[in-house]
Amino acid sequence: MIEIRLLAETFDPWRTLSAWADRGGHGIDSGACSVFIGTLRDFNAGAQVREMWLEHYPGMTERQLQRLVKDAQSRWRLNSVELVHRVGRILPGEAIVLIAVSAAHRGDAADASRHLIEALKASAPFWKKETLADGSSRWVTGNTLGYASATA
Amino acid sequence: MAVKVRFFASLREQVGSAGCEIPFSAELTPAKIWLLATKEQSMPTKLLIAINQEYATLADSIREGDEVAFFPPVTGG
Repeated sequence: MIEIRLLAETFDPWRTLSAWADRGGHGIDSGACSVFIGTLRDFNAGAQVREMWLEHYPGMTERQLQRLVKDAQSRWRLNSVELVHRVGRILPGEAIVLIAVSAAHRGDAADASRHLIEALKASAPFWKKETLADGSSRWVTGNTLGYASATA
Repeated sequence: MAVKVRFFASLREQVGSAGCEIPFSAELTPAKIWLLATKEQSMPTKLLIAINQEYATLADSIREGDEVAFFPPVTGG
């Protein structure tokens, strides 16, 4: 079961996850589920963030996400993938992305989940524009390495 | 048929346009399209290109009716 969705409205990742499980996302043939949830921090690159606008390339985004999931399916033995990504206006604390991967075994689930978020950040055509506490705005120009120790 | 050109995110703001159409001509490449569509603005060092919504390079060949997009490094997730 593969589901890929772009949402223009805020979503609750925990409820989304629960609803996915209720729909059979994590079946009895799965022994592992690895979940990644990304939310909007209220700070970035030394400034307070008031809100963010997420632009994307309609059509190419969906195509690229489908390709990434297919690629993950060819590299790991997966039973199901749920991938939800926001576009539009996002406030601090709100979810940006949810990736849930179920597989028979933990290595496949965990590795594919980690791979998917990194591949998405590297190649899916989304762009973040932050509005800061002082009202100014700026485009985010690149991804961090993903570790506090590497951004300090 | 023309070639459809699109700019996204910070690049759209720098170029001052979300896109345009340019007439097709032989031996068109994204590099040539950039010059025509931006009236020869300088090209950013970190530039991504897509042809028909697939990643491409500056030297790829263009066919009539193609959609060519220029955008900065992506920052989703």
